[in-house]
Amino acid sequence: MSASSLAPQNSLEVASIVRDAAARRQSIEIIGGGSKRALGRPLDAAITVDVSGLSGVTLYEPAELVVSARSGTPLQHVTDLLAQKGQMLPFEPADYRPLLASTGEPTIGGMVATNLSGPRRLHVGACRDAIIGCKFVNGRGEEIVSGGRVMKNVTGYDIGRAMAGAYGTLGVLTEITFKVLPRSHATLTLVYEGLSCDRAVALMSAAVASPFEVTAAAHIAEGNRARTCLRLEGFDASITYRAGRLIEDLAEYGQPQRLDAAPSKGLWREIGEARSIIEPADHVVWRLQMPPSRSAALVNSLRAMMDVSVLYDWAGGLVWLSHAPGDDVTAVRTAAKAGGGHATLIRAGEALRRRLSPFEPQAPAVEKLARGLKHAFDPAGILNPGRMYAGI
Amino acid sequence: MTQIAMPQPDPLILAKRERIIAGLKERVPAQWVITEEDERRPYETDALTAYRRLPLAVVLPGSTEEVAAILSFLSREGVKIIPRGAGTSLSGGALPQEDAVVVGVGRLNKVLDVDFTNRTARVQSGITNLAVTTHISPDGFFYAPDPSSQLACTIAGNIAMNSGGAHCLKYGVTTNNILGVRMVLLDGTIVDFGGETFDQPGYDWLSLVIGSEGQFGIVTEATLRILRACEGARPCLLGFDKVEDAGACVAAIIASGIIPVAIEYMDQTAIRICEDFAHAGYPLDVAAMLIVEVEGADAEIDVLLTHIEKVARENGARIVKVSKSEAESAAIWKGRKSAFGATGRIADYLCMDGTIPTGQLPYVLTRIGEIVAHHRLRVANVFHAGDGNLHPLILFNANDVDELERAEQAGNEILELCVEVGGCLTGEHGVGIEKRDLMEKQFTPVDLDQQIRVKLLFDPDWLLNPAKVFPLNLHPLPLGRAA
Ligand SMILES: Cc1cc2nc3c(=O)[nH]c(=O)nc-3n(C[C@H](O)[C@H](O)[C@H](O)COP(=O)(O)OP(=O)(O)OC[C@H]3O[C@@H](n4cnc5c(N)ncnc54)[C@H](O)[C@@H]3O)c2cc1C
Ligand SMILES: Cc1cc2nc3c(=O)[nH]c(=O)nc-3n(C[C@H](O)[C@H](O)[C@H](O)COP(=O)(O)OP(=O)(O)OC[C@H]3O[C@@H](n4cnc5c(N)ncnc54)[C@H](O)[C@@H]3O)c2cc1C
Repeated sequence: MSASSLAPQNSLEVASIVRDAAARRQSIEIIGGGSKRALGRPLDAAITVDVSGLSGVTLYEPAELVVSARSGTPLQHVTDLLAQKGQMLPFEPADYRPLLASTGEPTIGGMVATNLSGPRRLHVGACRDAIIGCKFVNGRGEEIVSGGRVMKNVTGYDIGRAMAGAYGTLGVLTEITFKVLPRSHATLTLVYEGLSCDRAVALMSAAVASPFEVTAAAHIAEGNRARTCLRLEGFDASITYRAGRLIEDLAEYGQPQRLDAAPSKGLWREIGEARSIIEPADHVVWRLQMPPSRSAALVNSLRAMMDVSVLYDWAGGLVWLSHAPGDDVTAVRTAAKAGGGHATLIRAGEALRRRLSPFEPQAPAVEKLARGLKHAFDPAGILNPGRMYAGI
Repeated sequence: MTQIAMPQPDPLILAKRERIIAGLKERVPAQWVITEEDERRPYETDALTAYRRLPLAVVLPGSTEEVAAILSFLSREGVKIIPRGAGTSLSGGALPQEDAVVVGVGRLNKVLDVDFTNRTARVQSGITNLAVTTHISPDGFFYAPDPSSQLACTIAGNIAMNSGGAHCLKYGVTTNNILGVRMVLLDGTIVDFGGETFDQPGYDWLSLVIGSEGQFGIVTEATLRILRACEGARPCLLGFDKVEDAGACVAAIIASGIIPVAIEYMDQTAIRICEDFAHAGYPLDVAAMLIVEVEGADAEIDVLLTHIEKVARENGARIVKVSKSEAESAAIWKGRKSAFGATGRIADYLCMDGTIPTGQLPYVLTRIGEIVAHHRLRVANVFHAGDGNLHPLILFNANDVDELERAEQAGNEILELCVEVGGCLTGEHGVGIEKRDLMEKQFTPVDLDQQIRVKLLFDPDWLLNPAKVFPLNLHPLPLGRAA
């Protein structure tokens, strides 16, 4: 199906495109940088709307910890600007282009629409937690404002935050405002080697349940020697003290190596991008969220059935898992669900993504509400229809 | 007499009161259906005490299933429902109506499960905020959002209002600390949103439910993120001769790369009121005072407070008192923590709750002073400065009708000012009835229409906590003539 392609330059143009499409009941695929286009269910839309023309930071007040940017602004542009003032997006967004073998420039609209957060999510919350306001165009072609530019705001329902992770099915984001944080003065990573998954998760749980503010905890199970990594951030004196106490309290897990700022940065970038499980490129990749204490058992149960590669982040709350395309794909979701978690299919051939819901199927009562919510924002059902679930 | 209109009760509902009460008694044990006038009286208002409406009845269910039975019955009968926690809302969020049934969750007050490994606690929603932290603090854990009302207010109320507290600069507000909720829909369906994992699949229902002011359903359980407390925390007290300097100091601390757990601001009126009451040793000759608290191990705290002291001196602080002990910390906090009580002792007050961009602090404080003076009233400013959430306390005498009206008028002007400078009407107390009629100052008709479309998904007939959040003229159904 050949789709017509439009490239609005501002939110007024977005609104008018959506209004026209709604009148004609033509479906729209929203494209930011196109770097995560393969996420979710494949779309066959009549129109593609490329929002990369809505670009630019519209407000940055370092002393107020707030930044606003149009949705098509390259993520890199925002992070570079923040870095100049020693600040950052708290949730450490990762670059999934290596994993997805995609090109294109990731945008902040795509980042919010997918609500994918990196390693520091463990400590400071997700992308959705950092959103303090947004503007979007709903499926009726109306420009809607929610939230604002201040940190605390309970005026009206928090519908802007609900745009996060909605994969563009409720509205076309045009501008987003985030709470930002100062970058830490110093960083230290403690790396424990050779632990089993069970021991690694126990170590990470103990570390995050300590008073020593671990800002990331991951276990790289693949490679010659498994590595369990704990990150500390802050002032030098504080890090030295906290590292000392952690090493002492966790002595039963061995003596860790210490990585200072530069190698730490590279390591956590690789963890965020899930580098250790990217190869082979034809393997299916899942992102599982579990209560941390149950993640190792989940992986063990799957290992009994198939060969899997795994990477644990968020102290075990997030498991990246890959397996050969021929393996029993349904087993992964069944096992995650049984352990109180859920599974998102991140990388798979188009045929598999059409056959198997990329997102965890929902309970009937919630599914019914989801259809109603879609209708409340997009009554004609034209925005990224079916990207998340059939019918929404 | 007062300015905020409420709809006239529906005579058809009043006429079938006996039938409604009988229906409730079929669904919960009769002792938990409150019908006598003197027993309904405590439920006629919340912490916005200028407004009172005696509800038709009050029901106190003992389980999620009872809540479900009650909601499906009442919605079938077309009866309005007012969900209620502890009734500490400052915006009239829990204010009943004569033709409505109050559904109180106070009996649902148990901790169901605590999992220190996964750092979660599952609780019934009627438990008080402080009881959660008290339950887990022996193990060194706490639940982060800590409204000043935490001794009384419930998790249910916190969820409905997306409440904050003194420590949210570092830890976020309620929406950042809830992993899941169990909610009963109007038709009695019980749904679970979220769960024990970090993120949830599908739409972010928690974003919508948290802050929905009791208009989507009745929350009966919640899964909370609990955190391990730092080894310690200590504040410092900073006194300034100029309000501008205090504002600049807040910005400078944050810009220097430190996020304290709390930065509290008090102006001279507030300092005097609190000092009179608490004898905390506050400086009476400064124009403004900040309490800045940091966390960590002792050595870390020393480093941070030394740094903050330096920034403060550079920004014109004349008085710097750094706490060296638990006793000194308690003294510094004592006055601030008693601010509302101490103010209540000398006058009635309206507590405003707008948020502003912190860069606008000096301008807004000057304007607040002018607005209040213009209405021949006094104001005490106490607030969370780090995040710009203002709490001007407008002092008045409730027995003087004219003063109340002037106080409300001044309050409205202050909130409009907050919106004008790029802020919002309410940072943590919610819209309720108090800010309902100002919503059009902050939102366009299409913005409000989109919010209402979400509401209608849960409550197509406007039965859940009606006459709140949205101006009455936007309610699509005839809610009765405004009284
Ligand atoms: C489950 C999943 C699987 C993926 N698999 C692949 C893959 O196999 N190959 C691959 O190349 N990429 C894949 N991606 C990545 C994804 O498709 C994008 O490449 C990525 O989001 C990069 O950001 P972007 O700005 O390029 O966003 P885009 O890729 O352009 O968009 C990401 C999503 O956000 C929506 N969106 C973007 N901008 C807006 C906006 N302004 N308002 C509302 N919605 C918007 C898009 O419609 C899309 O659904 C996957 C992503 C997910 C979530
Ligand atoms: C002295 C004082 C200090 C305060 N300090 C703060 C502060 O620092 N920060 C802050 O944010 N707030 C503060 N508040 C305001 C108030 O305490 C909060 O809004 C609190 O969350 C209300 O909780 P509650 O249990 O009293 O709820 P209620 O007042 O009973 O109800 C509040 C709202 O929640 C709804 N609701 C109640 N239960 C349910 C349920 N089960 N399901 C769905 N909806 C429900 C009600 O309908 C109502 O709209 C303060 C209030 C006082 C009096």
